[in-house]
Amino acid sequence: MNELLEINNLSMVFGGLRAVDAVDLNVGQKEIVALIGPNGAGKTTLFNCITGIYVPTAGEIFVVPPGKKKKRINGMQINKVTELGIARTFQNIRLFPSMTVLENVMIGRHCRSHAGVFGAAVRDSSTKREEQAMIDFSYQILVKVELDGQVNEMAKNLPYGAQRRLEIARAMATEPFLLLLDEPAAGMNPSETYELKELIDRIRNEEGISVLMIEHDMKMVMGISDRIFVLDYGEKIAEGTPEEIRENPIVIKAYLGEDFSVNA
Amino acid sequence: MKAASELKKSLVVSLWFMFLTFPIMVIRVNTIEKIVEWRWRNMFFIGIGSFFFSFVWRYLLERKQKQADSRKGSRSWGQLILEEPKFYKPALVIIALFTLVFPFIFSSYQTNIMITALMYVMLGLGLNIVVGLAGLLDLGYVAFYAVGAYSYALINYHFGLGFWTVLPVGALLAAIFGILLGFPVLRLRGDYLAIVTLGFGEIIRLILENWNKFSFGPSGIAHIPRPGFFGVSLNLNESIIYLYYLMILFCLLTIFIINRLQDSRIGRAWIALREDEVVCQAMGIDKTKTKLTAFALGATWAGMVGVIFAAKTTFVNPASFTFLESAMILSIVVLGGMGSIVGVFIAAMILILSPEYLRAFSNYRMLLFGAVMVLMMVFRPQGIVPNVRRTYKFRTPEKTNR
Repeated sequence: MNELLEINNLSMVFGGLRAVDAVDLNVGQKEIVALIGPNGAGKTTLFNCITGIYVPTAGEIFVVPPGKKKKRINGMQINKVTELGIARTFQNIRLFPSMTVLENVMIGRHCRSHAGVFGAAVRDSSTKREEQAMIDFSYQILVKVELDGQVNEMAKNLPYGAQRRLEIARAMATEPFLLLLDEPAAGMNPSETYELKELIDRIRNEEGISVLMIEHDMKMVMGISDRIFVLDYGEKIAEGTPEEIRENPIVIKAYLGEDFSVNA
Repeated sequence: MKAASELKKSLVVSLWFMFLTFPIMVIRVNTIEKIVEWRWRNMFFIGIGSFFFSFVWRYLLERKQKQADSRKGSRSWGQLILEEPKFYKPALVIIALFTLVFPFIFSSYQTNIMITALMYVMLGLGLNIVVGLAGLLDLGYVAFYAVGAYSYALINYHFGLGFWTVLPVGALLAAIFGILLGFPVLRLRGDYLAIVTLGFGEIIRLILENWNKFSFGPSGIAHIPRPGFFGVSLNLNESIIYLYYLMILFCLLTIFIINRLQDSRIGRAWIALREDEVVCQAMGIDKTKTKLTAFALGATWAGMVGVIFAAKTTFVNPASFTFLESAMILSIVVLGGMGSIVGVFIAAMILILSPEYLRAFSNYRMLLFGAVMVLMMVFRPQGIVPNVRRTYKFRTPEKTNR
């Protein structure tokens, strides 16, 4: 299997708290990997380490962009990580509320375009072409997530489920090879969750984008993931296929808390 | 029922005010005749006044609330005028004609005031990039204005260069100062940024005030030449008119460029930065670059206006670049509507022209001015003309098939 993301022994310590503790994780090409675990297990912290928002205390994060050399991205600037091809969404939806739906997606195109102040003022032909390409590209993505009817709507006026999809669209606009989704189905009803599952499947199958997602909806996780990693108190307690995870006694214990004196 | 309770509230407010102002408005000790005067009439006026005021105040608040509830899709009258060609086209023609003939109808005093107002339009639009679009609260904007003005004054004094040569130099110098300020404040946001920029503005002013050898201190620099007109010498009146038309041109140019910037790749990046800094970076935008361009570009405009200011008044000294100026320019941006060009234009006109034309009220004009600002912020916090994002059209059916 071709690996895209490889995390070795990663730790993130805040003061006395080991939010992420010596975690190994990897994501391969065209793979959907889920990251699960109880609240406060360090899942989002791990995402923040990968995307450069936090600089990890120890360990290594490597990415291998398709057709390129392996690269260490610990402590890389946030926007550089995105430029490299890792895009993400956020747990609590974080769109640009006073921008239109289309503009939100066009922001994602920023790192794939070049026009500067001078080009904007003069509007020479190459700037115009770039701008038009940007608009078209963004529109196509909105078609894919079925938001093309609301291009000019303010992002803050969209219904909840649509905002979630817009966040995914915005991330996809950066042309990533790996998409990190932080609880994409949170707050969605079953039919919305089902549509989301279809969308993620399409992203993987048609665009060839790998997905690493944090999710609490077990039905979705079990139904869509190729592999699952389980975190608890910052440590990886299990990894494997959905079937293996379902049967794993340690995971069941972590979730149902048969014995909560173990890790306390 | 509702009205009765409202009336009761207003009554309570007026009683409360009568009680509060009783010692200062009613009792007066006449120390000469050694008697106490009871001015019951004042109390009566205060009662009536506060009653009405509180009633109107709550009526307006309620109306605003209702509007906010009912209006989600509908547009305000301001936007209606801006969006309907039927309305804005004739309005534009009238404004254009008026601006063209203005200096010939009115005295040079009026023209001078108008030039000042136009300068503030440019300053407002410049600051609008930093505050309105990029969301960086800059309280030291006047520093760049000062850099522009002094660069013309000093370069002219030492090297004798003219207005047109120094204009780009002043703009460039201000931009460099903008970047110089930008670097240390890259990590700061909101109130912290405001304090640092405030300090920066004061530093520049204090340097100009105290470094006598460099800037000639508080006495300033006089005899700065007005803008040249292809070597033709103009008398005072003519040069004012000339400057007026120059300002119109500069303003149009500014509006043209900023309008384009707003809907460009870089303009969207600024707005994204304003909306959410972390997400903006996570979407691949280089925060450093984006912030620095905003600072540099905003400063460029201040520098240009600074050069024009020096040429207009033919004299500069540090007293023209106090914090009050920054506050004024910031008020223009906030009052007009963050990020909105038309709003900034109207606000600059109101804020600069009204103190001039309110001179009839002499002592009360600043009070009135303050009251208008407070009312504006309470009842229309989004500004006179809120910014509207550009909309795009797509041939929907054809493209969805792909």
